[in-house]
Amino acid sequence: MKLNNKVVLITGAGGGIGQASVRKFVSQGAKVMLADIGTEVTQQLVNELGSEHCACIAVDVAEADQVENMVRATVDRFGGIDVFVANAGVEGKIGSIMDTDVSNLDKVLAVNVRGVWLGLHYVMPVMRDGGGGSIIITSSGAGVKGSPNTAAYNTSKHAVIGLMRCAALESAQFGIRVNTVNPGAVETRMMESIEDGFAEAGAGDFRAMVEAVTPLGRYGQPEEIANMMVFLGSDDSSYCTGSVYMVDGGNAT
Amino acid sequence: MTFDFKRQVVLITGAAAGLGYACAQAFAAAGAKLVITDISQEALDKAVNDLEKGGTEVLGLLNDASDSADVSAMMTAIVARFGRLDIAVNNAGTATPLQEFHEVGEAEFDRVITVNVKGVWLCMQAEIRQMLKQGGGRIVNMASATSRNTYPNAAPYVTSKFAVAGLTRTVAVDYADRDIRINAICPGNVATPLVVSLVEDLSVLSTRHAIKRLGTPEEVANGVMFLASDLSSFSTGSLLEVDGGWNAI
Repeated sequence: MKLNNKVVLITGAGGGIGQASVRKFVSQGAKVMLADIGTEVTQQLVNELGSEHCACIAVDVAEADQVENMVRATVDRFGGIDVFVANAGVEGKIGSIMDTDVSNLDKVLAVNVRGVWLGLHYVMPVMRDGGGGSIIITSSGAGVKGSPNTAAYNTSKHAVIGLMRCAALESAQFGIRVNTVNPGAVETRMMESIEDGFAEAGAGDFRAMVEAVTPLGRYGQPEEIANMMVFLGSDDSSYCTGSVYMVDGGNAT
Repeated sequence: MTFDFKRQVVLITGAAAGLGYACAQAFAAAGAKLVITDISQEALDKAVNDLEKGGTEVLGLLNDASDSADVSAMMTAIVARFGRLDIAVNNAGTATPLQEFHEVGEAEFDRVITVNVKGVWLCMQAEIRQMLKQGGGRIVNMASATSRNTYPNAAPYVTSKFAVAGLTRTVAVDYADRDIRINAICPGNVATPLVVSLVEDLSVLSTRHAIKRLGTPEEVANGVMFLASDLSSFSTGSLLEVDGGWNAI
């Protein structure tokens, strides 16, 4: 097992990719703190996987004091943080820039960008003092290409790539590696919500559009994204930092 | 992650030394049957011998990956021996001495492009023809951090590695519907025999990497195995960096 007794903190742990990542990390021997906006889903997962391997906490990642508390609670419970998966994110409303309110942009950026910044701000000192670690930010296929009707989400996912690169350069000297994982369309609740949003906005059949332009011709499974999380979290990727790792069925090609 | 390539037939070109040999060792440790090629008989014999000592089944082929007759013979030999090809790592590559662009001779350009680009092209064609017959496969091309970044006085090499990235991405799209996944790995500098032969002071290279050291061959092999395994089942046409943060600088 590649992550025996490593401590992993995952935000958005109750979502599709988050849950799959929790399972993979636990299967590799890690201790995992599951953070999400509520604990309904994550507590069930903790009950299933066993409280000796994991614990859960409620956090709004856009709130500084809550993020600080989440980091402290993780250290108190498991003794440090070796891997941080900044995975919490929201898709926002579907619609064109002309037709959506700026409050949608504010909300999406607060969670997807400010939330990641806050996570880095509080986790990086813990890793520095602990001798290093690996940080994985969930970006998206939408982080490297434009896409109509998702400007707020798309902008946020581009932004975290810049944040990742800066964090990687600032923290390499402390043995901290920072990368993004960029999933294409994956079978999750968020994707269903985006599909519904496209249908409601009269913007077309999202799933059919995505499958038509994805070389592998299908959505990904959350486990396929989690595999990359574990690769980047483990010492297998000890020379990987500052990079963007697509897991998108070839979509970005 | 523990990789398992038991009963899988893995081809690695240019595998007698450097990154290719590190990949061969890694796949051998994961239980694969190996085909390794090289243009040096002596180095090839030693590599085959060392791998066989560890109990691995190895077919060594003296082969020029940029010569179509050689590549054709290579594929015939692989099928004759193992009946199939599951994974191909197109690693054979070369470089010119560092030189300002206006000084580079036409023959040097031709040599690098022939080995690094035409070689990958020919090998992928032969591999894909076989993979289509058997219903699928996986290809990992050895690209470079200089597939997306520059390096001073290395125009032939950088040009060739940009081309490998483009070739990887476009061919991946062509065969994505037939269960052939094609990706590339982009290593930073590793102290391989090729790099050591070209650069006098390796410590200078460290400064190009955020991690401030060179990579190890094993770190590159880890990335190759990830792309060759089912762990990357939703990845095709991707470039996977193992570059110590070079591209973020």
